[in-house]
Amino acid sequence: MPFESLNISLTSVMPEILLTGLALAVLVLDFFLSKRSKFVLGYLSVTGLLLLLPIVLVSIDANPSFGGTVIADRFAAFFNIIFILAGILTTLISVEYLKKENIDRGEYYYIILFAILGMMVMASSYDLLNVYVGLELMALSFYILVAQRYKDIRSVEGALKYFVLGALSSGILLYGLSFAFGFGGTTNLNEIAQHAVSGQARSPFLLLAIILIVGGFAFKVALFPFHLWAPDAYEGAPTPITALLSVGSKAAAFAIFLRIFIVALPELQPEWSKLLWLFSAATMLFGTVVAIAQNNIIRMMAYSSIAHAGIILIGMLVSNQTGVSGMLYYLLVYTFMNIGVFAVVTLVVKGDGKGENISDYRGLSTRHPLLAFFMALYLLALAGVPPTAGFTAKFFILASAIEAKYYWLATIGVVSTAVALFFYARVIFYMYMKEPEGLLEMTGTGLVGKAVLLVAAAGTVIPGIYPAPFMEMAVKAIKPLLT
Amino acid sequence: MTTTGTIASIPILSLITFLPSVGALYILIFVKKQSQDGLRWSALVISLATFLLSLYLPLTFNANTPEFQWVEKAVWVERFGIHYFLGVDGISLLLVSLTTFVTVICVLASWTEITIKLKPYLALFLVVETGVLGVFMSLDLFLFYVFWEVVLIPMVFIIGVWGGVRRLYSAIKFFLFTFAGSLFMLLGVLALFYYHGRLTGNYTFDATVLFENPLAPHVQGWIFLAFFLGFAVKIPMFPLHTWLPDAHTEAPTAGSIFLAAVLLKLGTYGFVRYSLPLLPNACMFFAPFMIALSIIAILYGAYVTIAQKDMKKLVAYSSVSHMGFVMLGIFVFNPEGIKGGLLQMINHGISTGALFLLVGMIYERTHSRMIEDYSGLIRVLPVYGIIFLIVALSSMGMPVTNGFIGELYVLIGAYKAHWFFAIPVVIGVLLGTVYLLWMFQRVFLGDFVNHGQNSLKDLGRREIAAVAPILIIIFWIGLYPKPFLQVTDASITNLVKMMEENSHRSMANNNNFGNTGPRLSHAPDAPIKFKDCLRCGQDDLLSSIPRPIFPAFKHSNRTTLSFDPEALEGRLSTGWGEAPTLYLEELRYAL
Repeated sequence: MPFESLNISLTSVMPEILLTGLALAVLVLDFFLSKRSKFVLGYLSVTGLLLLLPIVLVSIDANPSFGGTVIADRFAAFFNIIFILAGILTTLISVEYLKKENIDRGEYYYIILFAILGMMVMASSYDLLNVYVGLELMALSFYILVAQRYKDIRSVEGALKYFVLGALSSGILLYGLSFAFGFGGTTNLNEIAQHAVSGQARSPFLLLAIILIVGGFAFKVALFPFHLWAPDAYEGAPTPITALLSVGSKAAAFAIFLRIFIVALPELQPEWSKLLWLFSAATMLFGTVVAIAQNNIIRMMAYSSIAHAGIILIGMLVSNQTGVSGMLYYLLVYTFMNIGVFAVVTLVVKGDGKGENISDYRGLSTRHPLLAFFMALYLLALAGVPPTAGFTAKFFILASAIEAKYYWLATIGVVSTAVALFFYARVIFYMYMKEPEGLLEMTGTGLVGKAVLLVAAAGTVIPGIYPAPFMEMAVKAIKPLLT
Repeated sequence: MTTTGTIASIPILSLITFLPSVGALYILIFVKKQSQDGLRWSALVISLATFLLSLYLPLTFNANTPEFQWVEKAVWVERFGIHYFLGVDGISLLLVSLTTFVTVICVLASWTEITIKLKPYLALFLVVETGVLGVFMSLDLFLFYVFWEVVLIPMVFIIGVWGGVRRLYSAIKFFLFTFAGSLFMLLGVLALFYYHGRLTGNYTFDATVLFENPLAPHVQGWIFLAFFLGFAVKIPMFPLHTWLPDAHTEAPTAGSIFLAAVLLKLGTYGFVRYSLPLLPNACMFFAPFMIALSIIAILYGAYVTIAQKDMKKLVAYSSVSHMGFVMLGIFVFNPEGIKGGLLQMINHGISTGALFLLVGMIYERTHSRMIEDYSGLIRVLPVYGIIFLIVALSSMGMPVTNGFIGELYVLIGAYKAHWFFAIPVVIGVLLGTVYLLWMFQRVFLGDFVNHGQNSLKDLGRREIAAVAPILIIIFWIGLYPKPFLQVTDASITNLVKMMEENSHRSMANNNNFGNTGPRLSHAPDAPIKFKDCLRCGQDDLLSSIPRPIFPAFKHSNRTTLSFDPEALEGRLSTGWGEAPTLYLEELRYAL
């Protein structure tokens, strides 16, 4: 292949290059900082990520570069913005949290940056190999991050479970990808699509590839019955990492599987949509029903995030314009709502498991009205109550299902949403309608904490009241996919 | 045909809708928590201002046209054809006035009852008012749904935080019932949106456009059921009513008043505004079912009410019965019935609201709501007793009070549809007399028994001020109902006509959702071009709805809407007349 046709365009990977530089800079700076001043690293990464936001927007390029392995289109940019926002908010809530938990380790911050780098590589990859490299970078970073609270046995247990099952699922995914490669003799998504169109569309190997890829995918976004790692990893991980895990890794996995299925395998949509239908319905129902039984708020949020994955999946299996753009919109606002909830949890927990139970939220409204108000707002948004963005997101997804005549799936979605209301409302009821018990003293929310809460609240309310620009952004982002 | 109507020069409807919310913000930010009187007075001033502002509507209302008036319209989400679209016609006018009126009463009612967390309480109340007003005014189904849910959250908090002993249970039950119901309604709205879009190429939530192009009858059935779940839970209709006694009993007095007087009307309003004109064929198909449920609600509700020992619960259960009258009036599909249903909504709001208010007043004095704890109250509280009697009489439909006019219209409407429907109405009125007068007798008459209640004070000035306007309206509607009926005339006549026309038109859409010709007067405002679904969507869930089973409501080509009483009578007489004969013959044969 002549060198020119590779279309080496450094601008299209500029965000990734800069992020790597930032992570390495934080790594090096770590050696020169005393234990007490590691928080500087946090603020440094936040500043770097903030500067990265405009660069992501500038580097949009609709053509694949590096020999068709990388594409920095609007779709990738949309997801990169989600990842960077999640990274910023996570790092901000981490600073206080780490102080509280007595974890003063610099690697915490730069491994977050590497996890985000992995997600960004995933979102902009146009080639199965790149997909896998990005995925592993993200996953390995998360294995380490989950274990950061290593003095607590739950943290180690969660990390180990996550690691073992994650490695297994990566293997399954890789196996599926190898079948896809064997089918077309290429790892490029576009070329696989062309092979699928020409002739042997119903090749059994391609079907096998789809099943295996869906298996790996289901693990990454924690679909039932591949969800088993999620509650333990969520519970064990440092709470800010749980936030990033539930938002970032989910968004990244959705990004890449949208790419694979919609760019490379649209011909087999009838097949994989049936498979995903089952996953979606089972996940929604399982996640919501099991979440009711949880007493630990982080475990509850883990199951809630499983249920949300099921609902987001509707948009993917419908794969019409409303559905896919609805997914993007959903993932964007879900970032704010979910990180908001975890920000409040971070401020309430006390280390050694205190403050993690739902009953610890008794009477939070009298002890700390501001926190309780924001928590109620995020939870109502997660439940899908208008006029929050959680409602509009669910609305778009349900609309896509109705549009494509998936009436039963939409009905299951509605039933699971109604059930989900119960456990979200339970926390709100504990906060507002029960008197405080015991003395779980509150640390004050610092300025940074308040800023995070406000940003998350803005991201929860504004797209709900005025969804049009966000929706248009999502529609523009998916244009390169649905042609 | 209902058209968009006149565009308002000043956004009066938005002002009325959002004034309470702005007031709530003002209270939250500027009024100090410590000055409880300051909070109360500012809430009263805000609610009064809203009420006075809303009086502008009936004063300048043009009763001769069915058009929506003071219309405001702006595009909200263009891609989905969602608008910010407000308008008021004869159907919603009275309900808007009722809402603003009742809110003032509610603020007065909670004057001394609520002492803890007063600030958020008043703010939430004003937010609920905004939500309810928005529901009554919105003409875009998406906007309607948003306001519908906005009502829910503050109400849950009002019940759950300031309610009685079992407030948590009641609040969560109320929350789950209504939220689940309205989610199904959302599915219905979405289905309506897409079917209408496929039919006309105009994807929009604008109700006035949707009114013009009814869907094919077999599609309507499913959408009707989805709407039914949303609306029937709010009303509440018979099998879905179980949240009501809990919520009404546990809520603070003002919460009960607002629930009964206004929130229950959201469901019936939804049926009148959307189900009837949008889904006429389905309404006719399900009419026997709806009428049966209404009759069950009237009789069963009244029967259960008689057995209640708690005054507040008694009033709560009587709502089930009263809302049965409203639903019966609506689902006989003639102007008298609908008018009666509409007026009965207002009457129920006034009378039942007043009953809750009065029960709350005595509860504040003695902290007991049990009927058995009282006797001969009228000897110590004469003013209170007389007012209670008047309100009870109005609730049971005594002539010269408002209840009589409403029930009379429902009775006429029901009788016009079929003589048989008049029987449960009359029995229901009779049972209403039983439970209300029996309660009055037990509580107010007889010997006064002193349970440490010797320090009972009769009504104070504030309480009289809260009750007096209600009494005025009770007699005003009872003696001179013309203004109240007149404003609804044009709109209801138009509604019935629109329903009949739409039921014809939708038959033309029966085959393959095909349009029979360009009927759209509006240019498509936001067409959406969707990528053709990759899945071949041949199978259609909705294609297999059965034909009407009840001959009296069968859709004939000659007349669509009127019932065929002869058919019904014939069926009933043969059904009842033949059975014993058949049985005898069989018996003879066997012997």
